[in-house]
Amino acid sequence: MSSWTPTAPRPAPASTVGFVAWTRANLFANKLDTALTLLAFTLVVYVVEAIFGWAIIDASFTGDDRTACLKEVQGACWPFIEAKFGQFIYGRYPDAERWRVDLVFLSGLIGLIPMLMPNVGFKRANMIYLLGFYPIFAFIMLNGGMLGLATVDTTDWGGLLVTLVVAITGIVASLPLGILLALGRRSDLPIVRALCIGFIEIFRGVPLITVLFMASVMLPLFLPDGVNFDKLVRCLIGVALFSSAYMAEVVRGGLQAIPKGQYEAAAALGLGYWKTTRLIILPQALKLVIPGIVNTFIGLFKDTTLVLIVGLFDLLGIVQLHFTDASWATPETHITGYVFAGAVFWLFCFAMSRYSIFMENHLSTDRTSS
Amino acid sequence: MQIKRLVFGALASLLLAFAPLSVGAAGNTLDVVMKRGYVQCGVSQGLPGFSNPDDKGNWTGIDVDFCKAVAAAIFGDAAKVKFTPLSAKERFTAIQSGEVDIIARNTTWSMHRDTALGVDFRAVNYYDGQGFMVRADLGVTSSTELDGATLCTNQGTTTELNAADYFRANNMQYEIVAFEKADEAVAAYNSGRCDAYTTDHSALYAQRLKLTDPQAHIVLPEIISKEPLGPAVRQGDNVWGDIIAWVHYATVAAEELGVTSKNIGSMGNSTNPSIKRLLGKDGTFGANLGIPADWAFQAVKQVGNYGEIFERNVGINTPLGIKRGYNALWTDGGLQYAPPIR
Amino acid sequence: MLLQALVLGALVLAMVWLVANVQSNLERQNINSGFGFLSERAGFGINQTLIDYSEDSSFARVLTVGLLNTLLVSVLGIILATILGFALGVARLSSNWLVNKTAMVYVEIFRNVPLLLQIMFWYFGVLRNLPSPRQAVSLGDAVFLSNRGIVVPALEMTAAAWWYGAALAASGAIYVWLRRRARLSRLADGSLISIWRPFAMIALASLAFAAMMGGVPFSFDIPALKGFNFRGGITVIPEFVALLLALSLYTAAFIAEIVRAGIQSVSKGQREAASALGLPDNTALRLVVIPQALRVIIPPLTSQYLNLTKNSSLAVAIAYPDIVSVFAGTTLTQVGQAVEIIFITMMIYLTLSLLTSFAMNRYNARIALVGQKS
Repeated sequence: MSSWTPTAPRPAPASTVGFVAWTRANLFANKLDTALTLLAFTLVVYVVEAIFGWAIIDASFTGDDRTACLKEVQGACWPFIEAKFGQFIYGRYPDAERWRVDLVFLSGLIGLIPMLMPNVGFKRANMIYLLGFYPIFAFIMLNGGMLGLATVDTTDWGGLLVTLVVAITGIVASLPLGILLALGRRSDLPIVRALCIGFIEIFRGVPLITVLFMASVMLPLFLPDGVNFDKLVRCLIGVALFSSAYMAEVVRGGLQAIPKGQYEAAAALGLGYWKTTRLIILPQALKLVIPGIVNTFIGLFKDTTLVLIVGLFDLLGIVQLHFTDASWATPETHITGYVFAGAVFWLFCFAMSRYSIFMENHLSTDRTSS
Repeated sequence: MQIKRLVFGALASLLLAFAPLSVGAAGNTLDVVMKRGYVQCGVSQGLPGFSNPDDKGNWTGIDVDFCKAVAAAIFGDAAKVKFTPLSAKERFTAIQSGEVDIIARNTTWSMHRDTALGVDFRAVNYYDGQGFMVRADLGVTSSTELDGATLCTNQGTTTELNAADYFRANNMQYEIVAFEKADEAVAAYNSGRCDAYTTDHSALYAQRLKLTDPQAHIVLPEIISKEPLGPAVRQGDNVWGDIIAWVHYATVAAEELGVTSKNIGSMGNSTNPSIKRLLGKDGTFGANLGIPADWAFQAVKQVGNYGEIFERNVGINTPLGIKRGYNALWTDGGLQYAPPIR
Repeated sequence: MLLQALVLGALVLAMVWLVANVQSNLERQNINSGFGFLSERAGFGINQTLIDYSEDSSFARVLTVGLLNTLLVSVLGIILATILGFALGVARLSSNWLVNKTAMVYVEIFRNVPLLLQIMFWYFGVLRNLPSPRQAVSLGDAVFLSNRGIVVPALEMTAAAWWYGAALAASGAIYVWLRRRARLSRLADGSLISIWRPFAMIALASLAFAAMMGGVPFSFDIPALKGFNFRGGITVIPEFVALLLALSLYTAAFIAEIVRAGIQSVSKGQREAASALGLPDNTALRLVVIPQALRVIIPPLTSQYLNLTKNSSLAVAIAYPDIVSVFAGTTLTQVGQAVEIIFITMMIYLTLSLLTSFAMNRYNARIALVGQKS
């Protein structure tokens, strides 16, 4: 009796595997799908061709002034970016002192990168470095006036430097402020609660630009005779207050999601309000709202561009300022400049949003029930 | 909680460190300035010929030179001045609140501003008037042909009001596009959004330099308004106002007397009583103002007389190429006239 | 209690201190104060006004003109952004790979670039590539596109328009009456009466009657190039187009993500159950999926609408005459009373925000699950 051997399984029909099947399933499933695919394909080809042609084929890459960018069919004028690159990064920060800015950027990265990697230890030491030492170090390095460094007025700061200073100060200041406001809004004390609600709703109800106008035009009138803040500082305060109101609402969402049992359990253990908040509630609540927090950061980062309206030269402001340089006046200078600034902002924002997704996935693993 | 304490500590120290509070009696600007060690001067955000920073943050222009002359008169050092760029909107609050000591920001002296905004105008360092710039190929040669035109200008200036009055008075239609910043207005004009760009005549020449092809644009000859541009100070501080006024008059007087930054060193032996008074060899003018006796000497020596300042920044040998016109000395048929220093 | 008293005391003290500072600052420097300036003559021109405005109008009128311009761009922006955002959100869930990825790339690009930059890009970047009025691109010599904007023929109502108005009003009244009758008969004996046919006939008849009596109800004011610019017609200024475009494209990217999350939040079982009940796909979408998705979509959508309204204040960068530009900008510099003007401006935005939230909260309460705390 010969033993029975199963026949080898037949390969799947050609129509269900491979490229052809994939396109059939994902692109040409039915008539409507086919039409949509063709439409989208035409659109993509058109846009990609236009961008590619503008940014590479018709673009100029070398040159010292506008003559390089006055071809018959002219695409991007990259030499403009090349010539002004230093300005875009540092603004009018004196050439001889730019190493100080580089040092600040570098020392920030040294603290930030290990902080962002969840597997690297020393988080507490790193936190002390980033929040305690670094701001003071950055301030002394950038502003000068001590340790034998020449003073550089904030009016000479510009470009990416100002963008980062405004964004980072806003981020660092808005998180603790926002947490306090959110706690205040859920407080049992009616006056504290009313104040926090009033603050949050007022700042969320008005555009940032009016807050900045207030900081730049009106704040000086609210201060006693002869007391003055630097304009950059006034804008920083405005931005920080504004984003803390948004941060408060994000954090409140997290606080609301914590089940009542957690409070009761903490009370049963004999923990007071602050201990409960610090040890039980906030760690859980903040973890829940990390995406929201990062989204607020991204919003804040994009909003830094508004300081140009009150006369500070952030990256966008300085790019725009250099459009007035007659030696680079060409029809393509504007678009090239905007595309460059847009690409820089996009890079930062996109990286932040990807990081938030990464952290969300990373943190969700230890929450078995969700 | 350690971390929180840290955060707040860091924040507080950051804010404190960042905000050099300059507390002082703003009632007496001169004292504040002396104690601080430099003059804080409010200028424009970039107008060639008047106040314009280069890539390195070095400021040049008529208004900048005026502030330098004030610094030279007070401290004997024209470098003891810092510049704060201000938008048209911020300028009056900045002077009212004491953020700056002077605004030398091509600002028109008008009665409303002088009486209702808490500022005092004390001198006119440039007599100007509003005009129009158009594309040469438009074929327009006079502003009376601008019926139906679209105008670009900057918001919050006397320009906007003058344009409205002019077009109404001449029974012409117009559409106005008013921008927050001069650069944006010029950019929009350059891109064809408007038929004409209107602002002070001097600024038209200055902004024309920023256009893609300056030769393709002409400044129309008509002047439709009076725009006396001058430095302004906080209202109610007469000592400081006097210094501002007389520093300007000293530069004009120097030109009247033929004293320049080059020859002032050798003028010490001059027997001309007017020159002796100007140089502080005679009289107590410096002491009366509360500043050193050689105030005018230092201002002219380090910055120049009015003619030198004019020619260096906007004169016919500069890219702006502006003739003296109204800003010639009164002896040459212009309006610049210094009250006697005596 | 002690803590509260302390907080309140500190607040009151701070307020008193601030107000005293402002007062002493203003008095010492002889700066005008009060709201009297609102009735003074403005003296400057505005290039887009929805109501009558001239240089002789008052600053209060300037405020109204600016507010209406803000509302115009906000409302149109909200409509456009919602349409585009819903389309993109659905596209993001499409099983079609290419459509899905195209929508994703759009969303990732537009929401990660600052809005102000996008506004300037459309205005300064694109405007300069448009032709001058003399070389304007025209559509049938009636619609013109140039760097002065888009000029379209204006629709001018003639006296006959009254007849049409009356006809429409009459049809409307009849529609209400028909519906009521149909409902009553349904409640009385369950019989269904179709109201569409009688309604359509009556409406057509009344319009025909109006046409007979009045003739053509409107005439066109066709724009023509005269001198520097087009005369006649309605000009849509480029500032408006750039702002509207940028606001809609930017906000649509956010709405797309909200819509996607909303639809995804409806569990698959719901759709399967609907299909088990025999509901066709589009009916299931309309009656089962969308109502549930809306509960998730509405609250964040509200904040996007509010954001768009507030973001319209960026108009100041490109000279669109919105409230911030003409009131907190031009008026502030002409009058010099920063405190009053910034205060009024902020109050107006605050009111707009609160009104929008209120309306959307009402709507949200209506569609929320019964018994669930919203």
